[in-house]
Amino acid sequence: MDETKKSPTLDDIETRLNAARSHKDARPGGSPREGRANAKGMGVAVRIGVELVCAVGVGVGIGYVLDRWLGTTPWLMALFLLLGGAAGVMNVYRVVKGLDDTIGLGQAIRRKEELENSSRQSEK
Amino acid sequence: MSSPVEQFQIQKIITLPEIGGVDVSFTNSALFMVIAVCAATAFLFLGIRNAKLVPGRWQSMVELMYTFVADMLRDNVGKEGFRYFPFIFTLFVFVSFGNMLGMLPYSFTYTSHIAVTGTLALVVFIGVTIIGFSRHGLHFLRMFFPHGAPIATAPILIPIELISYFSRPFSLAVRLFANMTVGHIMLKVLAGFIVAMGVVFGVVPLAAVIGITILEFGIAFLQAYVFTILSCIYLNDAINMH
Repeated sequence: MDETKKSPTLDDIETRLNAARSHKDARPGGSPREGRANAKGMGVAVRIGVELVCAVGVGVGIGYVLDRWLGTTPWLMALFLLLGGAAGVMNVYRVVKGLDDTIGLGQAIRRKEELENSSRQSEK
Repeated sequence: MSSPVEQFQIQKIITLPEIGGVDVSFTNSALFMVIAVCAATAFLFLGIRNAKLVPGRWQSMVELMYTFVADMLRDNVGKEGFRYFPFIFTLFVFVSFGNMLGMLPYSFTYTSHIAVTGTLALVVFIGVTIIGFSRHGLHFLRMFFPHGAPIATAPILIPIELISYFSRPFSLAVRLFANMTVGHIMLKVLAGFIVAMGVVFGVVPLAAVIGITILEFGIAFLQAYVFTILSCIYLNDAINMH
């Protein structure tokens, strides 16, 4: 007994490693979004603000550049301000719903549903 | 008492002549980037120098870091993404070492400057766009119009998705920069209260500073993680067009 305890064989290590790994995978979710609830809440809050402002800013920027290029001041800037606002709200919707940042809202929703379905199946 | 934003001041350490009108002096920001790169290289190389089958503490830290990024890449991108593993790993190491070095007293946090985070985010954004176009050609543009949506909605949906796409580097850069800056200012302000409130009542802000320091370590890691995982998700878009 003592002999094996001193120098475990490779197979022993392998089985123990696998046991530890399967245990790790069995934990729900498995997404390493740890940290305290405080940090998480603040992170989400900062993200919502940043996403909204960025999208509006980018929209206005695109409109401004297009306006200067085409000489249509100020119509495109106003249009892209609204579109930027829409994009910002869409990005915030993604953050709040816990969707990822793939291009296309529909695809993001589908990806999340697939993820949930697969995790539900693995639970069974 | 010094101002809480003084810690973010860029100072020239070695003044170099301008090259093409650009000041290329060696600053404290650059110094800490060099320190971060050296520390990361030393950490990784010394950790696996005497690699054993059953890893010691240091080696398992290095291996943990490797598997952490590898798992992230596998879960979000898949096997194809491993061609870009060196880049993603470097990104994670550079950002996390920068955030962690910033937690040392008297150090400089280069990730608290939007010039640094913005450059990193732009590299990711431009790189991912190039990868997308080189792999899929003009088909990459099809991503911006969802399947099954009525064609009449295209004039609204496509610009919205495009703006959302272009806002990526900004949100990526601002998130990292804002988190690091806010955390360091908060620490400095609260630490100032300790001095102002004296020996007896100063215990209260001191306790707060201790708590927030621990929180900041968490945020430093979390933001490096967020930056890397978002790069992975963007890469996934470019590689596996859905």
